[in-house]
Amino acid sequence: MATVALKDLVKTFDKTEVLHGINLEIEDGEFVVFVGPSGCGKSTTLRMLAGLEEVTSGEIHIGDMMVNHLEPKERNIAMVFQNYAIYPHMSVRKNIGFGLRTAKMSKQDKEKRIDEVAEILSMSELLDRRPSQLSGGQRQRVAIGRAMVRDPQVFLFDEPLSNLDAQLRTQMRLEIKKLHQRVGTTIIFVTHDQVEAMTLADRIVIMKDGYIQQVGTPTEVYQNPANLFVAQFIGAPSMNMLEGRLTNEGIVLDAGFTIPVRPKVAPQGMTIGIRPSELTPAKEGEAALMEGSVSVVEPLGSETLIYVDVGSTEIVATVPGRTLPELGSRVRLNTPKEEIHFFDTKTGQALK
Amino acid sequence: MSMTEIKPSSATLEKQRSASYSNINPGKIIRWTLLFMGGVVMVMPIVYMLSTSLKWPHEIYNLSIIPDEPTLENYIFVLEDGRFYKWFVNSLIIATATTVSAVLFDSMVGYTLCKFSFRGRMFVFIAILSTLMIPTEMLVIPWYIMARDFGWLNSYWGIMFPGMMTAFGTFLMKQFFESVPDDFLEAARIDGLNEFQIWWSVAMPLVTPALSALAIFVFLGNWTAFIWPLIVTNSPDLYTLPVGLTTFSVEQSVQWELIMTGAALATIPTLIVFLVFQRYIIRGVVMAGLKG
Repeated sequence: MATVALKDLVKTFDKTEVLHGINLEIEDGEFVVFVGPSGCGKSTTLRMLAGLEEVTSGEIHIGDMMVNHLEPKERNIAMVFQNYAIYPHMSVRKNIGFGLRTAKMSKQDKEKRIDEVAEILSMSELLDRRPSQLSGGQRQRVAIGRAMVRDPQVFLFDEPLSNLDAQLRTQMRLEIKKLHQRVGTTIIFVTHDQVEAMTLADRIVIMKDGYIQQVGTPTEVYQNPANLFVAQFIGAPSMNMLEGRLTNEGIVLDAGFTIPVRPKVAPQGMTIGIRPSELTPAKEGEAALMEGSVSVVEPLGSETLIYVDVGSTEIVATVPGRTLPELGSRVRLNTPKEEIHFFDTKTGQALK
Repeated sequence: MSMTEIKPSSATLEKQRSASYSNINPGKIIRWTLLFMGGVVMVMPIVYMLSTSLKWPHEIYNLSIIPDEPTLENYIFVLEDGRFYKWFVNSLIIATATTVSAVLFDSMVGYTLCKFSFRGRMFVFIAILSTLMIPTEMLVIPWYIMARDFGWLNSYWGIMFPGMMTAFGTFLMKQFFESVPDDFLEAARIDGLNEFQIWWSVAMPLVTPALSALAIFVFLGNWTAFIWPLIVTNSPDLYTLPVGLTTFSVEQSVQWELIMTGAALATIPTLIVFLVFQRYIIRGVVMAGLKG
């Protein structure tokens, strides 16, 4: 186990700068998830950590050692790839034991270690099979086994679940979480799936265009997004964003209604954000925040998503699964004031 | 309980019959005829070779495929002639050594050109490819001068050196290594293997079909090579099979029955090489280690 620190990390490909000075400290044994859209630099950061990409400038520390100029094998890390990268010409046993080829261990100790890892991953009975005889989930487990067998200081996962079907992904997610709880090794996990990030991470690092947008626990980034991008990226369905302007009565939204609150620091152009789950149908006689007509209904079983035309804007609200509003019907929606997020439209930054 | 046989109705049978007739269309007939003719063109020389090897000398200009009096005398003569074994062993040593060398070095260079970035990589690749455009006949003189200057005339080494690395093989292997995902190599790099080990233990097993194809090409090419071994050697002890077989044609006559017998025997190793390696080609690269 080890701490990891990135200091002013910059990466350029030819003349294009793709990472613009990343700073991050990861605690010993922490599970950190890098999340962001394609091209945000998360995989590049991970590959630089692994030693597969050169560092243009800045420093990478694993434990108390700067590893910028160390070869991947000298960094004591293990990586699980998106495509698993398990060798088709080797049995599961040989695949798992591959990382021990260069280890100074007796053959018996190596076999013992492979058996231990197979036991942890519940695949002892699959050790003599070839990868072609395994399912997608089992192959992923072999890839994890190969990473585990060397007992590295840090595990790196590069979108390891993105090739699995939805059900298997949920199952493997749980297994990875349990694995972390069991071995306690520092894990850095890259994904573009915010649900994976929220469920797995001790801390989430949200990236966009080569910049870190926010670092925080899943609850922090969900409840207090640092900017418009984070607010919309985290949470499904995305946060409703409504632009408006500040007046003496409050914030007059372009959608045609006024919110009678104002943040402490308030620029002229403002955007408010309300999560769909925080929009609830207003009770009889209660003053509603907004009113509109239902344009689409998406039943999900336990809950139903309703899309409501409010003025010129469409918003989405989550209502209990048993209530299925009719298309075109009028709905009045409310939300607690503390659940309204304020952003500066111009800079995108959150306002307190 | 009685079993009732269900017979197709006469209408169904009629429909099936007309369907099978409709499958025979003029296009199909032309295609099959062309394929048949191609097959005949390919097979006839082999049939004639085998047929002639079973004929007596007086019968060889009789064009019938089936000999009037088939005989194995030619085989007994060739096999009892000690020279044939010598030529056979020479060919085997030369073809095997060049195959092993070409497979190793072509794949090594192909891998380097494919998976490493370095200044001048494209130039090196184009330079190697451009040698494919030079015919062997043009290369023979510089090869000869080289062999003479290095003292390789009349030696195995002299016969082998031009074929120990091939531009075609390098090109073939480079193209095949393109299909090996970098993830495999990076995973091995993280697992602590050096670049040579990665090439040998990870990349090479993943391109077995290409290696097999290359092995077949190189082996056949060297097994049947004629011009260069003829030029670089003048000692009968170093003759390869194709060169040795020409000694059956003397000034006054050509002993076709013996040449054909030698040629028939010479095809055996090539068939074995093909049968051994084609299994790997058919098996193919199963990228089962990647996403399913």
